[in-house]
Amino acid sequence: MELKNTKLFFPILIASGALLVFLMRAFMNDYILIIVNFVGINIILAVSLNLTNGFTGLFSLGHPGFMAVGGYVAAILIFPAARKEMLLPELPRWLAMQQWPLLPALILGGLCAALIALIIGFPVLRLKGHYLAVATLGFLIIVRVLITNMEKYTRGPLGLNGLPSLTNLWWVFLWVVITIYVSWKIKHASLGRSMLAIRENAMAAECLGIALAKTRITAFVIGAFFAGVAGGLWAHLVTAITPTSFSILMAFSLVVMVVIGGTGSITGAALAAILLTLVVEILRPLEEFLGAYGISEIIIAIGLLAILIFRPRGLFGSSEPSFLVKRKKTPQGSEAGI
Amino acid sequence: MSLYFAEQMVNGLILGSMYAIVAIGFTMIYGILRLINFAHGDIVMIGAFATLGLVIARLPFPIIILVVLLVGVFMGIVIERVAFRPIRGAPQVTGFIASLAISILLQNTGILIFTAQPRNFFFPDYLQRIVNIGQITVRVLDITIIVTSLVLMILMVILVRTTRIGMAMRATAENLNVARLMGIKIDRIIMLAFAIGSGLAAIAGMMWGGKYGQIDPLLGFVPGLKAFIAAVIGGVGSITGAMLGGYILGFAEILFVGLLPPSFSPYRDAFVFGLLIIILLILPTGLLGRKEEERA
Repeated sequence: MELKNTKLFFPILIASGALLVFLMRAFMNDYILIIVNFVGINIILAVSLNLTNGFTGLFSLGHPGFMAVGGYVAAILIFPAARKEMLLPELPRWLAMQQWPLLPALILGGLCAALIALIIGFPVLRLKGHYLAVATLGFLIIVRVLITNMEKYTRGPLGLNGLPSLTNLWWVFLWVVITIYVSWKIKHASLGRSMLAIRENAMAAECLGIALAKTRITAFVIGAFFAGVAGGLWAHLVTAITPTSFSILMAFSLVVMVVIGGTGSITGAALAAILLTLVVEILRPLEEFLGAYGISEIIIAIGLLAILIFRPRGLFGSSEPSFLVKRKKTPQGSEAGI
Repeated sequence: MSLYFAEQMVNGLILGSMYAIVAIGFTMIYGILRLINFAHGDIVMIGAFATLGLVIARLPFPIIILVVLLVGVFMGIVIERVAFRPIRGAPQVTGFIASLAISILLQNTGILIFTAQPRNFFFPDYLQRIVNIGQITVRVLDITIIVTSLVLMILMVILVRTTRIGMAMRATAENLNVARLMGIKIDRIIMLAFAIGSGLAAIAGMMWGGKYGQIDPLLGFVPGLKAFIAAVIGGVGSITGAMLGGYILGFAEILFVGLLPPSFSPYRDAFVFGLLIIILLILPTGLLGRKEEERA
């Protein structure tokens, strides 16, 4: 399979995306812009989670944990030094003096998340299937407990509020582009092929000489990096960050995006992220109007069950839409499904 | 100190009993379907709310127990029928996601009906009475929890070890397809596993409410996860292992909170999950589980 006109196609896609961002910032009101920002952040999260859960078949529920790490690191670095003295008086001096701009803070937040993924990845990625899922869920809960109790750095359950509102659509757009580009490149390179092979049959992949542990950890670490960045963007969009923000419900809805989109499909994950975020935002006023809290979660859960039962490979399977990739014509047809 | 220690031991016994009861159902379902049923904890929540409703309706206590048991059995059968049967044979992770979806569904249905506000839970006075055993003071309720759990566990062991149905369950857990070839109606066995497991979980919900005095629609999450951990400690699939794991976890948790300095208590959940990850890594088959071979 070769990429068709990638050289031309991606710049066009990015340019039209940039035009869209420009138009939206010019004509949309703030409420809609915030929703669009959330859509973008969820695309980053879903596409990066797809690297681990979708390509490599490592079922991780720990994504919000990495978001929390990235979010807190970025928030502490960016927070104005003067206000930090009031809010976090016990912070070590060298940390209290920092006052970083957004981009380096985001990257450092992502790197911290990636480092943690590297450390926990070595032991935890030896687990398989649903055991891994539960262990990563455990990781998420441990991260939350630690954040809640490290009051010197995080203000504990109160969280940090009044963060500068730095995230705007351009930043989100930039990271959406980077995330999708990186995953696209990985998927259509030998690393991505190795990942897909591991997902299909780890033992067979190992027999073909694929380094299981290395590939798995690579997928996990890259996914965690983007989750950390998304956490930083998220914190400076909401302008507050608390340990409870990164809930199991969030882990669940991210997994839902990957499953609905089709495990392994970048386009699918991105579209599912857009769809799900919009559905939730549309249902929220309805929920408040009816006073029936919980409705949107119920609808999403039922929708997910229906997809699992009637379309278990998700909307796209592992493939990308045909106008983005050219399939090689083989006598058997294109059964590879990538 | 020794009196304090004895009281902590009683607490551990109570907590362990509840974990064990929930873990039995969990491990039965896993043993047969290799399914981690995340929604199992939410049956505990349903059991607690059913109990509260029936206590308010002033029904006699034995009838309450019976009805709660039936509610649990009914919910188990419905969940199996509606959600798990259609996806049987799909990869393990699919089942796990489905159970997560059911869990969210039940929790939010609970929020929709009862709101997220915690409610006070109460039992008839004679269960709240305090008795002294030696120097230790306990509630009648605590004794009831311990005794009921023991009775239920003994019944379960007898059922699985000695009866024909138990034999069929063990055969199905061993190998689903071969059991089917031997003429065992595996649909019925799977349904039975869900029914028994969920019935036990509902009874555990009754105990949970009585023990903590407050219930809310999200309460099932913690017992569900702890039951999973208990089942893993004992070796998933082994019923005696689940009981053992439940008690070990109960004692370990109480000792962690009771014996270490108070500054450690907020880390209780982190400790429990750290323990889980370590056990998964060094002892993946648990204390009493059997190793499953890996086939290509």
